[in-house]
Amino acid sequence: MQRNSIGSRFFTKAFAVTAALTAALIASSALAGETLDKIKARGLIKVGVGTTPGYFTPDSSGRWQGFFVDFGRALAVTVFNDAEKVEFTNSSPQQRLPALQSGEFDILLSGVTQTVTRAFKLGFHFGPVVFYDGQGLLVRKDLGVAKGEELDGATIGVQSGTTGELNIADFFRKTGKAFTPVTIEETGEFLKALDSGRVDALTQDATDLAAKRTQLSKPDDYVLLPERLSKEPLAPAIRAGDDQWLEIVNWTVYATIQAEEFGITQKNVDSFLTSEDPGIKRFLGVDPSLGEAIGLDPKFAYNIVKAVGNYGEIFDRNVGKGTPLNFDRGYNQPWTAGGLLYSPPFR
Amino acid sequence: MSHIELPPPVAPDWHRWRSGLFGGWGNSLITLAALGAFAWLFHPLLRWAVIDAVWTGTAKDCAVDGAGACWAFIGAKLRFILFAFFPPDLQWRPALVVATVLALLVLSALPRFWSFRLVPLWIAALVLSWLLMAGTLTPPQVSTNNWGGLPITLVVSIAGLAFAFPIALLLALARQSNMGVVRTLAITFIETLRGVPMIAVLYVAMLIVPLALPSGAAIDKLLRAQIGVTLFFSAYLAEVIRAGLQVVPWGQREAALSLGLGYIQTIRLIVLPQALRAVIPAIVNLSIGIVLNTSLLAVIGIYDLLNAAKTSATDPTWLGFHTEAYVFAAAVYFVICFTGSRYSIWLEKRLNAATRH
Repeated sequence: MQRNSIGSRFFTKAFAVTAALTAALIASSALAGETLDKIKARGLIKVGVGTTPGYFTPDSSGRWQGFFVDFGRALAVTVFNDAEKVEFTNSSPQQRLPALQSGEFDILLSGVTQTVTRAFKLGFHFGPVVFYDGQGLLVRKDLGVAKGEELDGATIGVQSGTTGELNIADFFRKTGKAFTPVTIEETGEFLKALDSGRVDALTQDATDLAAKRTQLSKPDDYVLLPERLSKEPLAPAIRAGDDQWLEIVNWTVYATIQAEEFGITQKNVDSFLTSEDPGIKRFLGVDPSLGEAIGLDPKFAYNIVKAVGNYGEIFDRNVGKGTPLNFDRGYNQPWTAGGLLYSPPFR
Repeated sequence: MSHIELPPPVAPDWHRWRSGLFGGWGNSLITLAALGAFAWLFHPLLRWAVIDAVWTGTAKDCAVDGAGACWAFIGAKLRFILFAFFPPDLQWRPALVVATVLALLVLSALPRFWSFRLVPLWIAALVLSWLLMAGTLTPPQVSTNNWGGLPITLVVSIAGLAFAFPIALLLALARQSNMGVVRTLAITFIETLRGVPMIAVLYVAMLIVPLALPSGAAIDKLLRAQIGVTLFFSAYLAEVIRAGLQVVPWGQREAALSLGLGYIQTIRLIVLPQALRAVIPAIVNLSIGIVLNTSLLAVIGIYDLLNAAKTSATDPTWLGFHTEAYVFAAAVYFVICFTGSRYSIWLEKRLNAATRH
């Protein structure tokens, strides 16, 4: 019996210490503030991103680059006037929404599709759509089709377990043409099926297809058709209930869109400082009354364009014609050029 | 008549090889046929990996027709794969951490240096590694968010083992305890953690723990993952140690008690030295498992070696060299684990020899 009583005294002590430590840990917690207060106290915006070439990828020196990453930097300019005061963290599609909810991130710039379920049921607020994506068709050029409607009797590769299967079936039901679906697991197989001629076309979100096209053995033999079979508006997502933070996100995105509409670029922005146009004067903060009224740095739009560029520049630099992705602007151009980008007025 | 039995003479290695492979017509034929089959099977691999491989240049040089492996890609991405997001001008810090940890590993692997002095040495090394990486003492500071690559794989494995060890020891002893509550708690803990996959533990650490904490309190993500890994392995390690404890006959404890030793003294002086010695090979085995399991950290967005390698192939200027990235990561893992398993075999032989004498 002796050995047990000594042993039990030992464990009882260990138990008490653990309990005391746990209590101390819980007691030391503070109350949460608004998102912006937290960001300012931390001196850093925490952004959740994904990993899609051109949209968010680390370069060889480990610095995040990409279309969505640049919007994160623009946000840091709005808040801190410093494009570097932002921290990007990769987050997989399964964990990104819970991670945002738990406060791991201040904002998700990971290509989340804005949907009604996410707005109502999951409790997220969405900023303006920064990228209009949609299911596309990547086809062999020698089929000689310019539009999806002209595809007849084609064999089309779809990813298993995605909404892509439904969308492509709906599409062909509408056009009244025949097609043969081939369901493929999302791995190298998907791409190989097109490369080897097993399928005539692949269907998937256009952003993914653009990246896949560059990995084919002869990328120039394939073309991404212009139409979109589904709507995938990709927007910044934040926790519901923080209107101030939402407005900062909104107007940061709008500033890049409005700058392009004005024709203001990273290079020529300084020449616009002497413009007589009252709209441009307000926009760039030459006339500081607007900024003072909304409580932001009056020159926040100027700073964004100076540090990151306008929407068009962000697009072209990361995914546009000059890049390996060679993505067409499609819907992602200003409404004045026939696209869907439209900024409310800065006044 | 007495005669001494001599062991049969052993021929030198090369001699046995020669007679085995080319000992006769039949043997020679089979050897040549096997070599031929080998070359035929592995020729494409050899062509890909060596003959047609592209060693320098850019992605364009690798895109030419008939090009094999693009090792130029590994060259360009080596820093990222090894250190991920750590600022390039500060990468001497993770490099130093890797070097220190490897040196300590070699030191700890040699029975000559086995003593309790290794424990404070390891704790000091791990704490200093953390401070050095974070830049607490030597600014600029680097957020754990930017740590990654090989140091993460090594440090998470080793810290996981180091911190799991005392927990596992207590769990193993608690499981043997006669106190019902303590024993039940230990069994519940061990069997729960052994009953769920490590991925589930990581998801809990990543997603549930922050929600459960009172608002405002936050534990660093890497630290949470580290705690998850540690608890997970403590359950397995506890079972390994328990096996060791069972090796020591109960009579020895009673003998110790009759000599007037207390519980802790009995465990420390009599039971543990014998128990741990018996399970050292099993612990080395488990450690190899830990190293390989750290690749699961990728699913919660931590850039361990494998995740960094995978991500390096999504750079638009080096798109799609996944095979090269994976082959490289596999080679690094292989070197670590093969060394570990050879060490385990060597140690087992040595310890067996020691107990026979």
